Amino acid sequence: MVNETIQLGKGLVLRNPVLTASGTFGYGEEYTDFVSMSDLGGIIVKGTTLHPREGNPYPRMAETASGMLNCVGLQNKGIAHFIETIYPRICNFDTNVILNLSGSNIDDYVQGAERINALDKIPAIELNVSCPNVRQGGMAFGVSCSGISQVVSEVRKVYHKHLIVKLSPNVTDISEIAKAAEAAGADSLSLINTLMGMSIDAETRRPRLSMTTGGLSGACVKPVALRMVWQVSKAVRIPIIGLGGISNATDAVEFMLAGASAIQIGTANFIDPAISAKVVRGIAEYCARTGFEKVSDLTGQLIVG
Amino acid sequence: MKQITDFKLMESIDYGKSVWQRYRSPVPLPFIEAGQFVQVRVDDSPDTYLRRPISIHDVDPTQNEISLLVQKVGDGTRHLAALTAGAMVNMVLPLGNSFSLPQSDRERILLVGGGIGIAPLFYLGKILKSKGITPQFLLGGKTKGDLIRREAYEKIAPVACTTEDGSFGEKGFVTQHSVWDHAVFDRVYVCGPKPMMKAVAARCKEKDLWCEVSLENLMACGLGACLCCVENTTEGHVCVCKEGPIFNIRRLLW
Repeated sequence: MVNETIQLGKGLVLRNPVLTASGTFGYGEEYTDFVSMSDLGGIIVKGTTLHPREGNPYPRMAETASGMLNCVGLQNKGIAHFIETIYPRICNFDTNVILNLSGSNIDDYVQGAERINALDKIPAIELNVSCPNVRQGGMAFGVSCSGISQVVSEVRKVYHKHLIVKLSPNVTDISEIAKAAEAAGADSLSLINTLMGMSIDAETRRPRLSMTTGGLSGACVKPVALRMVWQVSKAVRIPIIGLGGISNATDAVEFMLAGASAIQIGTANFIDPAISAKVVRGIAEYCARTGFEKVSDLTGQLIVG
Repeated sequence: MKQITDFKLMESIDYGKSVWQRYRSPVPLPFIEAGQFVQVRVDDSPDTYLRRPISIHDVDPTQNEISLLVQKVGDGTRHLAALTAGAMVNMVLPLGNSFSLPQSDRERILLVGGGIGIAPLFYLGKILKSKGITPQFLLGGKTKGDLIRREAYEKIAPVACTTEDGSFGEKGFVTQHSVWDHAVFDRVYVCGPKPMMKAVAARCKEKDLWCEVSLENLMACGLGACLCCVENTTEGHVCVCKEGPIFNIRRLLW
């Protein structure tokens, strides 16, 4: 039997390395016909902001070669609604329920984190400083060392559980941003969020997305994500949660070999709603086949040279 | 309960711009209501990454079969339409809400379909018929060739038609058909291109008629998770895939 447990530190223990990525798995409820929550290491629920957001106008999605663009824009009903309505429904899921928290200014992040800190059954926050689809804040914090340092250190003061910081790939040197987040008190890093892109309909000469640009995800981003996970793993000591185009167990193993301690399944949930549980089984099978007794031993086992 | 199932394509009939396809499930079908849809995975089509949402055209629970009308729009639907009997096709179903059924069998029902939008009205018509209601179909197309499977609809209920070029039925749009003037309806159900549905909705609002439409916004997950397919409603942005695809026109900002 392969030991699948992953210790991410600061009280966050996963029964296996597979999490579902924010914005691709709703609040988990949308997928209970396909996946048993008890099969997963955790779920990261839809990006939530202090105040409700209507998100961006339709159309919000465009298919691309081996991927898709979205410009949803953090549509959500706000933290109060999450706490009163959604949390009671999902807090007893037999898995780690992690909230993805976003904001348009430092105060929003801090107030949001304070309120989530009070929820017993949320063991971690994933701080979203990398959403490319909101005009203010969001990615603005995640693309400079000073911005990320400020938001992470302020949230750190009020949030006492495991703090994951989700990094944007839309930067010159992601290692520098990662180091700044680590220094400011992040317990782990997740990367990558979507890559900024756009799509044009040549017939109408118009952009396909209402916001013109959007975030690219899906299989096409995997090589970029893998490279960034590898780079960041050389730069920081805190655990890394890798994501970006993971579509099967082999992809997941590659991210762990590159340096990730855990992984997230995102856009692939749209194509196969049962993929997350399949990836869990596939990673264990890989370990059994290749002689790894513990899944956690895969991390950083890339052979170079 | 939703399921992911590998269906076997039993039969496919090509109508030029679209195909009719009958699929059999190896496992008992879940309960499917009129207006629901499937998310079809299109394999071996390099340009197709996401599943394709397609209305359920008909259901035969005794054979565990469903049928679909697939319009050849892009690479994905073209690939699907080109499949032949025996092909295996992975689908997630049943998705979305459903048409609201009448309260009484005395209600007079008009089912308005435009182009490929005639698809879900077939199953709705069959269900109404089984409840003792004979609806009136009103089907519109650009030309006669668009009014596919008209004979099958005629087996359920009377079918009125319009074509834009006048090649069959009354010339013009569905909103211009004389059936609106000659009969009274308690409920109007509509599926078709958005401009057509908006025109029918406007006509229903004018006459204070109850009306439901089936939307087909671009979607990714089909499960209410990605929030891509939203329609702006009286309650803000809601997912067409989960809270729809069927909406009463009073909820829409049309």
